[in-house]
Amino acid sequence: MSFVVPFLICFPFLVSILMFCIRVNKVRNAIAYASAVVIMVAVGVLAALWGLDGGETVLLYQNTEVADHVISVAEIVLMVAVTYLCFKYKRYWISLLMIFPTLLLLWLEFFGPELAPLNHVRIDHLAILMCIIIGLIGGLIIVYAVGYMHGYHHHHLEFQDRRYYFFMLLFAFLGAMFGFVLSASLLWIDLFWEITSICSFLLIGYTKTDEAVENSFRALWMNLLGGTALACGIVYFALAQHDVSIINLVEKGVFENSATVIPIALIAFAALTKSAQLPFSKWLMGAMVAPTPSSALLHSATMVKAGIYILFRLSPAMADTLTGSMITFIGGFTFFMASLMAMAQSDGKKVLALSTVSNLGLMVACAGVGQAETVWAGVFLMIFHAISKSMLFQDMGAIENSTHTRDIEDLNGLIYRLPMLGRIMFIGIAGMYLAPFGMLVSKWAALRASVNEHNIILALLICFGSATTMFYWTKWLNRLLSSTTEPKIKDITKKNEQISLIIHAVLMIALCVLFPVLSTTYVEPLLLETFGYSSAALPSKLLYVLIVVIVVIFAVPLIAHSATKNIPANQKISYMSGVNRGDNRDFTDSLGDPKELQLSNWYFKNYVGQRKLMEPSSLVAAAVIIVMLAMIIGGALR
Amino acid sequence: MSSVIAIVCFLVLAPFLGGLLDGLDRKISARMQGRIGPPVLQPFYDVRKLFNKQTIVVNKAQTFLMLTYMAVQIFVGVLFFAGSDILMCFFLLSTGATFLVFAGSVTHSPLSTLGTNRELLQMMAYEPAVLLTCLGFYLAPPDHTFSVSELIQTPVSLILYLPGFFVAFVFILTIKMRKSPFDLATAHHAHQEVVKGITTELGAKNFAIYTITEWYEKVFLLAVVALFIVNDNPLSYIAAVIVALAVWFLEILIDNTCARVKWDVLLKVTWVVTLLAAGVNMLILMLVF
Repeated sequence: MSFVVPFLICFPFLVSILMFCIRVNKVRNAIAYASAVVIMVAVGVLAALWGLDGGETVLLYQNTEVADHVISVAEIVLMVAVTYLCFKYKRYWISLLMIFPTLLLLWLEFFGPELAPLNHVRIDHLAILMCIIIGLIGGLIIVYAVGYMHGYHHHHLEFQDRRYYFFMLLFAFLGAMFGFVLSASLLWIDLFWEITSICSFLLIGYTKTDEAVENSFRALWMNLLGGTALACGIVYFALAQHDVSIINLVEKGVFENSATVIPIALIAFAALTKSAQLPFSKWLMGAMVAPTPSSALLHSATMVKAGIYILFRLSPAMADTLTGSMITFIGGFTFFMASLMAMAQSDGKKVLALSTVSNLGLMVACAGVGQAETVWAGVFLMIFHAISKSMLFQDMGAIENSTHTRDIEDLNGLIYRLPMLGRIMFIGIAGMYLAPFGMLVSKWAALRASVNEHNIILALLICFGSATTMFYWTKWLNRLLSSTTEPKIKDITKKNEQISLIIHAVLMIALCVLFPVLSTTYVEPLLLETFGYSSAALPSKLLYVLIVVIVVIFAVPLIAHSATKNIPANQKISYMSGVNRGDNRDFTDSLGDPKELQLSNWYFKNYVGQRKLMEPSSLVAAAVIIVMLAMIIGGALR
Repeated sequence: MSSVIAIVCFLVLAPFLGGLLDGLDRKISARMQGRIGPPVLQPFYDVRKLFNKQTIVVNKAQTFLMLTYMAVQIFVGVLFFAGSDILMCFFLLSTGATFLVFAGSVTHSPLSTLGTNRELLQMMAYEPAVLLTCLGFYLAPPDHTFSVSELIQTPVSLILYLPGFFVAFVFILTIKMRKSPFDLATAHHAHQEVVKGITTELGAKNFAIYTITEWYEKVFLLAVVALFIVNDNPLSYIAAVIVALAVWFLEILIDNTCARVKWDVLLKVTWVVTLLAAGVNMLILMLVF
């Protein structure tokens, strides 16, 4: 294992350099495929080795002098690069958010107190789970990206073809994510954290349009603000306890004392920025200008999960604390508000983005409650969300390439016009909110857990948020299913994109059935490790009833479909008060002329649109965070 | 064993009971309006007639979607009478209702699509109250459980702890039972009874399926009302039936005395009532127990 871990972190970075150097598309694509496979295999090997070892927590690398120096150099390089870009685009003040934390950490390393020795790498259930998500989903997204970017530059001749740069960032990002989840040293975590922030910043600005540059800098400052909080938290903890191990931080944090309360609050705050919680949700919305694979990879499947990961790590120390209440409230509030705003969106990618924000909110809230039961729900939410969101994003990208639109209203009857992509979209959306798919079951568990913890605000927000979530997904499905006379569209989806999509779909249905097994064999040990006790939010007896339900829900439509297929049915035209012109599409208007019938969903833009809600809800969230942080820090210093 | 009997009784008797209530509903409504009204068994005659007709569809997918809708809604009732988890029942009920929504939208017919949008809005309006009611059952002492089989064996009727939840649930029952002022999704259009929102394009057999499913659902919903009353005393079952019938009568009364409201009023009023009645009740439960 001591070889696999550095391989997993370093290999993507090496490939990333290779991607930048190779300018022949075919060669680069081949290497990208091979590397994606190698990464997936490496993750598999790591998981297998660790599993064969008995699934115990493994601690590695106590002496890492060389690596520490590399990290210091990398921090300085990043600082210089970001400062350069900030000055180039005249956003001077943002560079301060990079310079200050970097110098602070360098000071800690070279002039700070002697730090207690620690193991820099920790492999446990949570880390392995994250590795599998990153490796598997990330690898599939790279496979997809090769085909997608080919088509993208075919259609968007106005953008310079910088695929070498794009793939460089994707791989660098994967390496950073592996490093992030496997590190136990907060100093390492901080570096990888900054790398992911900067990768996403560069990816959002990929097209270099004004909008892209604007949005990329917004993402940058929000993420760097989190990075600054993280660095402050680390330095405070190091100065107070002479320690930079996240595990020790959590262990000591369980017994509240001032040395740990402040770092935990600051790190949790940083996680809010990374997970795009209110008031920092805007950067994720802006990130949708980037090509779809980066939306899928960075902004839905993996990067935003970094914040969730760190919150899960901290969650035992957040139980019954002010920090926990703050995180729970912000998460629940974001869940509800983002789902409201999603109702008013007709741009498919934006709906996906808002739903990501919303679901992340639920996970954040689960972590904030800090009990094994809620984290159980949170972990499942994370697993299912990663798969279905990555699938939906990729599908949306493929649909956009084929239809040149991503407006849900234009995608009327897609399931008949683009059968394969339409069906995948159906599975993906059904997976987001319908029983018995994982997301709904996890939401159900979160609801039970929040009542068990007597957290009334969270329970209320989940109840109302579920209702709004159901609304915007169902109306999307309505458009998808609505019958149409419009012609079929030529599906120009590449083979590799299809492979990635189908693997996702299969995975999702398989996970749905394997839910109870996954719970007992993996998630419960994970909780045991994190909390010292484990408790599933859904009793196993219920999980088995659930399997019956799953079978019924899958079997009934199939049986009903095959049973009614051959029943003779008298097909009539639809009722339009007698003015249907016979094709269900045109009607006779009052002048006797044919007029095309246009049907659309409800959007309530003037009630719950982003313009209407984003500012006030950001203000509320910001006010809550500022007041709570002031209370937490003030209380701890007193 | 008793759960098997309960399931069989539900499967066999619910449509008769639902149909009978439907017939009585029409009779009582007619009397309130000073009419004589149809015979009590009229709903059964209607359904029989619908079944004898050929299948008429706009889109062939309608039939299978309606069958799925029926199967899932009946399954929900079965789970409930089997004493299973009540929160699961209601989550599934929403999933089943989505199939009705699909059946409405799959036609791409203007009136049906309009009804579909309204149906979705109604679902959004009642969902919080429904979920909160389940949480209320869970929070009520003595034992924290979602299991219906345990909820019916409490020493006292749960309504004593859950009056606010009861109010919220009865309130959204108006929506679920498609009663005015909240019957937007199946509202009559231009006084023509044939055109009824989401069901506009449901012809003959499909409409019969819809009607029977509504009967099953009605019995299930009234059973949830009864769950507020039932306790380990056998006599409580009689009280439960009386309360359920009283609630049912109340819905008819509301139906005949209120004018239909606009969608935004529906949503706001329902959510405010949910928050005030169920939310406050929940707060008290959490603080006290």
